[in-house]
Parts: sequence; C-alpha cells; structure tokens
Amino acid sequence: MDTALILHFLTTPLVFMLWTTFLKSFIFLNVVIIVVSVTVFAERKVSALIQDRVGPNRVGIPLTLLGGKKDAFFFGLGQMVADPVKLLTKENFVPGGVNKFYFWLAPKLVMIPPILVLAVLPFGSSLFGISMTIADLNIGVLYIFAISSLSVYGITIAGWASNSKFPFIGGIRSSSQMISYELSMGLSVVPVFMICGSLNLNEIVNWQVVNGWLVSPYWPQGLSAASLLHPADVLHAFVAGLSLQRLLLWVPLLISFIIFLVSIFAETNRLPFDLPEAEQELVGGYHTEYASMNFALFFLGEYAAMFAGSGAIVSLFLGGWSCPLIPDGSHGWYWGLVNIAVFFVKVSLLLLFMIWVRWTLPRFRYDQLMKLGWLGFFPVALANIFLTAIILALVHH
Amino acid sequence: MAIVVNRPQLTFAEKCYLPSLVAGLAITWKHLKRAIFNKGVVTMQYPEEKWDANLPEWYRGAPTLVVDEDGREKCVSCQLCEFICPPRAITIKPMEIPDGDKWRKVEKRPEEFDIDMARCIYCGLCEEVCPEQAIYLRKDYSITGLNRAQMVHDKKTLYKLGGVMKGLVFKWNELK
Repeated sequence: MDTALILHFLTTPLVFMLWTTFLKSFIFLNVVIIVVSVTVFAERKVSALIQDRVGPNRVGIPLTLLGGKKDAFFFGLGQMVADPVKLLTKENFVPGGVNKFYFWLAPKLVMIPPILVLAVLPFGSSLFGISMTIADLNIGVLYIFAISSLSVYGITIAGWASNSKFPFIGGIRSSSQMISYELSMGLSVVPVFMICGSLNLNEIVNWQVVNGWLVSPYWPQGLSAASLLHPADVLHAFVAGLSLQRLLLWVPLLISFIIFLVSIFAETNRLPFDLPEAEQELVGGYHTEYASMNFALFFLGEYAAMFAGSGAIVSLFLGGWSCPLIPDGSHGWYWGLVNIAVFFVKVSLLLLFMIWVRWTLPRFRYDQLMKLGWLGFFPVALANIFLTAIILALVHH
Repeated sequence: MAIVVNRPQLTFAEKCYLPSLVAGLAITWKHLKRAIFNKGVVTMQYPEEKWDANLPEWYRGAPTLVVDEDGREKCVSCQLCEFICPPRAITIKPMEIPDGDKWRKVEKRPEEFDIDMARCIYCGLCEEVCPEQAIYLRKDYSITGLNRAQMVHDKKTLYKLGGVMKGLVFKWNELK
C-alpha cells in the first residue's frame, strides 16, 4: 500500500471520524487524569496554606541518590508522582466478610461515570476544523445528569458490600443525599435551556460566545479584537449590548448558577456536603474498608467528578472555551489551542474554588442538607423557571 | 435548676447563609494569601532548622560520661547506675587500675561502659544516683542507627559526647 492510499483511507468520513474521536478521547482523558493528580496535590498544598501550614514540600527529585549534593524539592511537586506510586504498590487488602463481587465492582462504578461525562464537554472550539467535543450529543445536558447520578450506585454498593457499619451508613447517606439535591439541580438549569433554546452543550457555548456568558448581566455585542481599532465599532458594540431583557434575566440566571454550583458540590461529595465520607463521624465513610488501588479509584473518581462538574458549570454558565476578544478555532489552529487553554484555566479556577470552599465551611448536618435541598433549593429553582418564562414572554429584545 | 437558653433571633441575611459564607471565604483567603508569601507559617523545617539553642539548662538528652580538668575519667565503676537503670540499658565491665598509674588509689575504672540507646528512656536516674559526678545527661537527642548494634554507645562514644566537665568536686586529688 502506498501513502496516497492510506491517506485516502484515513480521510474517508467514517474512518476519519473514528480515528479523530479516538485520538481526542485518548488525549483528553490523559490530560484530565494529569489535571486530577495536580488537583490532589493542590488540595493538600492549598489546605496547608489556608491553615498556615507548609504542606508537602519534600518530595522532589532525589539528586542525592544519583550522586548529587542536594535534593531538588520543587515545592514538593514530586508528591504528584509519589502518591499514585504508593497506592499502586501497596497491598490490596480485602477484608474477609465482604461481598467480593460488589466490593470489587464499586470503585469502578465510581470512576466510570465522571469519565463518561467528559465525552460531551466542549473543551475547545475546533482544531484544524475538527470539533473539540468528543461526542456532540443533542441531549448533552440530560446525558450529564443521567450519567453523573450513576456514580451514587458505586458509593452505595461500596457501603453495602463492605459489610461494616460505617461504610453502610455512608452509602445510605449518599443515596438520600442524591435524592435531595438531584431534583433542584435538574430544575436549576431549565432557565438556561429556555434562554439558549438547546440542550446541546456546544450550542449553549456558541450562544454564549455570541450573546455573552450567562452569568453576566451585560455583554458588548459583537466586540472583537479587530474592532478595538475603531472607536465607533466599540461604541456600537457597547450600545448594542444593552438590553432590558438581558438585565432582568440576570436575576434568575444568577439564582440558577448558585443552585447548580451548590448542587455540583453535593454531587461530587465535596465539603460542605461530604456526608458519605465524613471522616470525623464515619471513619472514612464508604471507602473505610478499601485499600491500595481500589481506594485510589474512589479518590480518582471523586476528583474526576470534580473536573466533570466544573466542566459542566463552565460550559453552562461561564462561557465554555470562550474568552472575550479571543476568536475561535476557525481563525487558525493556534486560536483553537488558546480556546482549549481558556477552558482548562476556567476549570482549574473552579477546582481551586472547590478546594477553597472545602477548607472554609464546616460540614452540613444530615437534616440540614435535606432541608436545604427540599425546602430551600427545590422551591426556589421551581419559581425560578416561572420567573424566567415571564421575563422571556413579557420583555422583548 | 434548668437553664433556659433562648435561641437567637436570626435575621434574613443570617438565615440564608450567604453573607457569612462570603465572610468565611474572605478569612481563609486572607490566610492563604499570607501563607503564600510565607508569612504566618510557623513551621520549622526540622533537619535544616533546629531549636537546639533554646533547649533549657535542665534538658535531659543522651547520658554521657565525663572527665574532669585533670583528664581523669570520673567513673569508678561502682555500677550504681547499672543497678538503678529502669530499662537496664547500662552494662559496665569494671577493671582494676594497674600499678604505677597516677590514679592508682582510685582503684577501679570501667573497662567497658555500654549504654544501649535503643533501651534508654532518658529518665536521668543514672545521673542522680552517681556518687562520683561521672555521668551526665547532655543535650544530644537525635540518636540514630541502622541496627541495634549501632544504637549502643560504647565507652569511647560516651566520653566523646560527654567531654570535660569543669567545677566538679576533686574527691581524689591531693590535699593542698
């Protein structure tokens, strides 16, 4: 076979779609796993700094082992490698009384859903004309809700299969926690669909590129880097961006943003809603009986869920890969790369915010979470939908 | 008598968490900002930074043997410390001081004097019981070894750690 034939084969639509999708998934997944291990390190470091401690600062490159004079510490960045290596090489101890099959299945069930969610996240505009979404689903947001709530099964099964009281309580808490927040989480994003008119995450992001991020009350219409040179264009953009409807819609959108953000905290079992884990009450919660790589999978699952959740928030409310004045990937591959970078920066900032919140707020009590979900967020999210509908119907552009 | 604690009347702002949430975030942010520039962090990086200069006078570190100004080893091998030592860390093998030695009249000195630092509990009873002011707890605390044998301080090590102690009673010197 000569090169031309191979090239022809690779550019047939179906084959082209297959290998680009495979490549995209492979690279994105690996990048996310790297981001996850950086997040674990950041969690330890930021928590230490917030509590006026030093944090991990010793593990670097052991130059003394190679005959050097001094070790290079690099602020403890070697911890990112050391942690997984430690967990991989530890003995994978399985207690005697557990239900073996479900005990082994549970960590996988926790790890898989966040990775599946990554498939629909638009992590960039386009690169060389290829859309930077792995699966451009029309029901992207519904898919996220459907898949991400599956991870609760992993936690509940882990709690049950461990055959021990603390994990069991953790598993029970997890399922009841899910019932409390999932509903308001789903309802909170309905205003977004009403405004953007689509469930497709790509279309929602594209709507935000044109009309501005959903959390902002005002957006200069059609402002680009080229138009900055012409003051008249800038003025026109700023005037065109003024709209009463947009200003009024800011209120329900801000409410749904806050509800969705808090629900993502609950979804990913982060403090102040980490009731299934609750180290102080339940030893380690659902993963008390787990060791080694099985435990690491829970850990990875939690942080991958944080990434997926942050990605969903960024795509729905914070403009996805878009940044003001930066064109999309159709203007050159370098802009495509910049868009991807913008997405990852936004997600990283949200991850930092999650860590920051974790070391600020104490854990909610069990009944307080239920109360917050059912009596606080659920009615507000429901009323929010009607508020959005009224604004959309009465106030025109 | 029962004490009635009235629940505080919360304002709307307090009830909806958000203001106090923001206040809490501001506090942790302040700490984070300070710690990034290494202010407010009080941690001491142990092997590089030590607190040795601030150890108190009465600090009980590793037990050591001392010599006086004349270079005479103070220990006379009475073995009181060996008997009193609660974890039995001390092993002494006495010997007679040979004829012709300047300190022949002291009669005895240790041939071997081992303190097993893996057993020593730093209680200081050896120092207290010693009638000859020969054994002192010094300020060395970081005693390490790769095996049990390395954790045993022999006579040479003990004198090296102890050094010369001045101002002690000259019990065995000639009268002036």
